Amino acid sequence: MIRLPLVLFFSAALFSIGVYGVLARRNAVLVLMSIELMLNAVNVNLIGFSQLWRDLTGQVFALFVIAIAAAEVGIGLAIVILIYRNRETINLDEVSLLKW
Amino acid sequence: MVVAFVLTQEEVAEAAGSAGLTRYAWVIALLPLVSAALTLFFGKRTPGRGWIYGVLTVGTGFVLSLGVLWHFVTGGGAHASAVDWFQIGSLEMMLGQYVDGLTAVMLVVVTAVSLCVHVYSIGYMHGDSRFTWFYVALSLFTAAMLNVVIADNLFQLVVGWEVMGFCSYILIGHWWEEHVNSSSAIKAFITTRIGDVPFLFGVFVLIAATGFTTSNIQEIGHLVGGEEMARGTVSIAALLLFGGAIGKSAQFPLHVWLPDAMAGPTPVSALIHAATMVAAGVYMVGRTYEVFVNADPWVLQFVGVIGVITAVGAGLLGLVQDDIKRVLAYSTVSQLGYMITLMAAGPAGRNAAFFHLFTHAFFKALLFLGSGSVIHACHTNNMSEMGGLRKPMPVTFWTFLIGSLALAGIPPLAGFFSKDELLVALEHDHQIVLFGLLLFTAAVTAFYTARMVLQTFFGTYRGHGHPHESPVSMTGPLVFLAAATVAVGFLGFAETGAPFFDWVFLEEPEAITFVPWVAALSVAAAGLGLLGGWAVYRTWRAEDPLVALGSAYTLLARKYYLDDIYWKGIIRPIRDEVAAFANWTNQVVIDGVVNGAATVTRYLSGGIKAFDEEVIDGAVNGLGQTAGFTGGLLRYLQSGNVQRYAAFLFAGVVILAVIFTRI
Repeated sequence: MIRLPLVLFFSAALFSIGVYGVLARRNAVLVLMSIELMLNAVNVNLIGFSQLWRDLTGQVFALFVIAIAAAEVGIGLAIVILIYRNRETINLDEVSLLKW
Repeated sequence: MVVAFVLTQEEVAEAAGSAGLTRYAWVIALLPLVSAALTLFFGKRTPGRGWIYGVLTVGTGFVLSLGVLWHFVTGGGAHASAVDWFQIGSLEMMLGQYVDGLTAVMLVVVTAVSLCVHVYSIGYMHGDSRFTWFYVALSLFTAAMLNVVIADNLFQLVVGWEVMGFCSYILIGHWWEEHVNSSSAIKAFITTRIGDVPFLFGVFVLIAATGFTTSNIQEIGHLVGGEEMARGTVSIAALLLFGGAIGKSAQFPLHVWLPDAMAGPTPVSALIHAATMVAAGVYMVGRTYEVFVNADPWVLQFVGVIGVITAVGAGLLGLVQDDIKRVLAYSTVSQLGYMITLMAAGPAGRNAAFFHLFTHAFFKALLFLGSGSVIHACHTNNMSEMGGLRKPMPVTFWTFLIGSLALAGIPPLAGFFSKDELLVALEHDHQIVLFGLLLFTAAVTAFYTARMVLQTFFGTYRGHGHPHESPVSMTGPLVFLAAATVAVGFLGFAETGAPFFDWVFLEEPEAITFVPWVAALSVAAAGLGLLGGWAVYRTWRAEDPLVALGSAYTLLARKYYLDDIYWKGIIRPIRDEVAAFANWTNQVVIDGVVNGAATVTRYLSGGIKAFDEEVIDGAVNGLGQTAGFTGGLLRYLQSGNVQRYAAFLFAGVVILAVIFTRI
């Protein structure tokens, strides 16, 4: 049995790494991967609390999140592929068309 | 059937004689006013261009007037009624009528002459460019005169009086395209106005003297004899009122406008300047006679002197005129002088004056309409271009002759009886000087009448073209008036009971006497005048034989130099000075004000322009620029860089988390 504080520290670390990846990486694929990190940090949180309160709701919710994350990555990767085909790059700094 | 018819006739007479019709005498005065409005608004669209309204309404008025007169013939009493008009302080103004025998007779005279003139003008004014407008003015004038006749208070009388003056001005200047006509109109208007101003003040004095309680003529008549009014006040009021009569009835020295008023169309001369308007002054003096009687005696003496100067002076002027209408105009002035003179001879004189007013209206209207017929045929006013018209214009000739003999005072025509009454009244009053002067004037009148008839209708025709008799619409009124001229004289004849005086003066049945030697003198004077005229003017001479009189002729031809005196002494100095002043005022004051106003406006509008451009436009533009500036600043936030958005999002979440955990 792993104690809750450990789980929470692990989750927070994972989330922070994800945030860093989203904000700092240039590669769109890496950004998507960082988003996965953040989502999974949330999943860890959900499961941790589920274990604490002996309630399966958290685990069920985690399963939903995994499913949605899979869908999200599918769409995200499709967009990245389309961008690459059109612009020959997946550097996010160069894909800044939606501006004034 | 016949009996029933007779009964109906009697019933009609009964109804006409009852007070019912006198109660509605105001309708007679209102009818021509309605006609004026109808003619003004619908006249030009009416077939015949609108004469129908005037003829119908005045004709109806004439019939109604006869009904009103019948009431007095059958011995009815006077009738007074009024409605509220307005109120000033304690002075209640009424709009009312006072109908007695005198009113009834005047109603008949005015409507009869007006009807004749309305009918006559159909022919005389045919084809005139302002035909409809002419009829509007005629009807309006008739309404005003009838209003003067029935008015029961002085203000109402003044209203009618002024409207008449205005209509006179309009009608004299009817053919204003010729400068002489328009200036005659102005002369007539201004000259009568000089008399109207004292008249208005006389009315004010009388009303003030009653303590501002009434303007009713009858009540004032009772008050002036009482203790409340100072005799001096009454005298001043009488003098001021007489000023109005001097202007309106063309008495010396304001008579100068009447001969010039002949510039108007001849029917107008007949209606206004012979039969009715000029009679208004005499009528007014008679209506307010109590004021004159209760004034100091010298007031009436003054009236008599003015009257006799007018009678003699104007009669002499009639001798030297070539314009046929001017002869008649001077004879009108002269006859009006008779009437005014008689006013000075006490109540009997007043009665005689009214009788003369009554008969004079008929034969002078006849003479004017006859002269109009002649002018219509010859296209000139000058007797030197007429002559011999007896043959081509028989109806005009015979009716004109009847009128002329009546004017000269030959029995048994109207003028004889009324002039006889005048002389009897003067003799009765022992006014020997006036008696002699008027007798002399009668001879002069007969003389110039003979001259006028001989030059116009006898001898050979000296003008151009072929004169022809006038249409029936013109000769009809002539015949009617001629018949009236023959008939009305007997109404005042003592031997037939003088019914005129019974109708008119109920309260003072003066004994009307026929004095044979006065009548003989009167006829002798008239006959002498006629014979003299025949002797001098039997054959036509290019130069007037009267020129032999030398300087006296010049004096008459120059109209006693009165016009010259007025022109040089009064009009020109005033006009020049006033004109110069008016010019200066125009150039300097009025233009200055206008230009100043323009400058100020421009200055102010410049300020408004600056305000518009700087402040209002500035505010609008400033708002726009501010929005653009802030937008420019904010646009740097929208970089298009997804990661930067995410960073903002994260920062926002952190901030919110901090805020929520603090709370």
